[in-house]
Amino acid sequence: MGVKMAEIRFAGYGGQGIIRSGIIVGKAAAIYDNKFATMNQSFGPEARGGACSSQLVLSESKVLYPYVTVSDVLVAMSQAGYEKFEPELSEEGLLLIDEDLVKPKPPRGRIKVFSIPATRFAEELGNRIIANVVMLGFFTAVTKLVSKEGMEKAVADSVPKRFVKLNLEAFNRGYHYKR
Amino acid sequence: MRRLMRADPKGVLTGVHSLNGNQACVEGALAAGCRFLAAYPIVPAIEAWEWFLERAKDVGATFIQMEDEISALAAVLGASWTGKRSMTITSGPGFSLMMEHLGLAVMLETPCVIVDVQRVGPSIGTPDRPAQGDMMQARWGSHGDYEIIALSPSSPQEMFDFTIKAFNLSERYRVPVMVMADREVAHRKEEVVIPPPSEIMVEPRRYYRGAKSRYLPFKRDRDFVPPMVDIGDGYRFHVTGLTHDDRGYPIMTEECQEYNVHPLVRKIRRYVDEIVQVQEADTEDAEVVIISYGAPSRAALKAMGEARRSGVKVGSLKLVTVWPFPDKRVAELAKKVKAFVVPEMNYGQMVLEVERCSHGRANVVFVPYEEKGFEDDLLSAIRKVCQEKKVREGIIQYHG
Repeated sequence: MGVKMAEIRFAGYGGQGIIRSGIIVGKAAAIYDNKFATMNQSFGPEARGGACSSQLVLSESKVLYPYVTVSDVLVAMSQAGYEKFEPELSEEGLLLIDEDLVKPKPPRGRIKVFSIPATRFAEELGNRIIANVVMLGFFTAVTKLVSKEGMEKAVADSVPKRFVKLNLEAFNRGYHYKR
Repeated sequence: MRRLMRADPKGVLTGVHSLNGNQACVEGALAAGCRFLAAYPIVPAIEAWEWFLERAKDVGATFIQMEDEISALAAVLGASWTGKRSMTITSGPGFSLMMEHLGLAVMLETPCVIVDVQRVGPSIGTPDRPAQGDMMQARWGSHGDYEIIALSPSSPQEMFDFTIKAFNLSERYRVPVMVMADREVAHRKEEVVIPPPSEIMVEPRRYYRGAKSRYLPFKRDRDFVPPMVDIGDGYRFHVTGLTHDDRGYPIMTEECQEYNVHPLVRKIRRYVDEIVQVQEADTEDAEVVIISYGAPSRAALKAMGEARRSGVKVGSLKLVTVWPFPDKRVAELAKKVKAFVVPEMNYGQMVLEVERCSHGRANVVFVPYEEKGFEDDLLSAIRKVCQEKKVREGIIQYHG
């Protein structure tokens, strides 16, 4: 059986880069950090605005079972996403939220909450669309599940060339945010 | 021995990639030499042709968006007859439309690959919800008697591997081969290892080498498979969905019906042992064997591990080819195991085959997919069936 590192859920609305976030972390782990990763996604028929989530299983060996059963990390970029997937989060889990978009309940068990105004930072950097990358920087610093170098490479080859610099800036903004 | 050839390096994206199943399927096709795709847009298969379009520029492949899936498969058949390895990719509603030309592909013995990324039905259903509801349709969906080959991948890596296999089988037996994927596998993103071209073996098309004046398009070799020529190479012949003779001309007598259709069935049945493939794990000492295919295979392996840890001897038989079904192997296992447990994302399709092949010697339990996943149900089905005192009639379903 696989040696499991973490089960991660990203949740938010279509258009926020929720699925892309799963892809980037998976890529960093599987391609650049030599781990194993499996990503599943679900979204509605709407192009934007529908509820959306991606689930990622990271492992030291081949991932047998590709679904999140109890998540170790929940990254919530919308209130609806938070409410839907909070019950799935482990009692020792990490909850990462965009603090302007999610108002969490008092945490259960030993859940640790980390908040960042990711969307606001992205707007300051000039484009709200990179909020997920700010969040990924924050995710990398908080969880230490994937290497910063691996993530930067994965971010860089997941976006159009002319936006690489902006995305890396966004990533570092999130990475260096004092929590 | 049949001689295989190495893959054309142009189509092989050697390396370790992070791909979803749709993309991996396209890479498999390109590696196998596929240079033509015709399709009509449909969720959840559409990323495949977006990826194909992207790659077609480098590889020199052709893509046509047709007006519907009926014509998409027609275009694929035409392209195949010009010598291009050809495929189409679709989902349930499109697969239904293709059934007419699936029969034509069988009758014209045209190598081609049809990928069905299954989603729930009937009809339009929900575009983004996975299912395995087209398995029997893959076998019996077109009218008349025929034999068919279908494979079922359970991961993006297998989407790559099995698509190559599908092209090879299709060229070998001159039969349309189906890749029965599902939304789960097609949208899942995982590591996919693409080997160098020298390690990818491709079945070459079998060409007629004799005099032009003596060419008969349906004159069979000893293995019932007729060699081909490319349309446009100056051969004059006729192809038709009507019952035809060696020349391809319609002759609608009883004798010709037998002469034409008997080999369509024989050319597959005779080689069933070469075609059928399964992957087994821990079946030697197993009391219960989980028989699975496609996405549920991953849940099967997990349940097997957990059951073994709790002391129940469970094995796994995963179908690589779903059609032809591995009759012999399942019948053999039925003599020594207590039960088969079959998880499927439908209301019971391949489980009917398992029951047929177990000849009343082992219990057969069906475990349908539920939103919360398979593995708890699988484990409880395994525990319950271990307590059965004798073989029960019919298929057992403990809940639902």
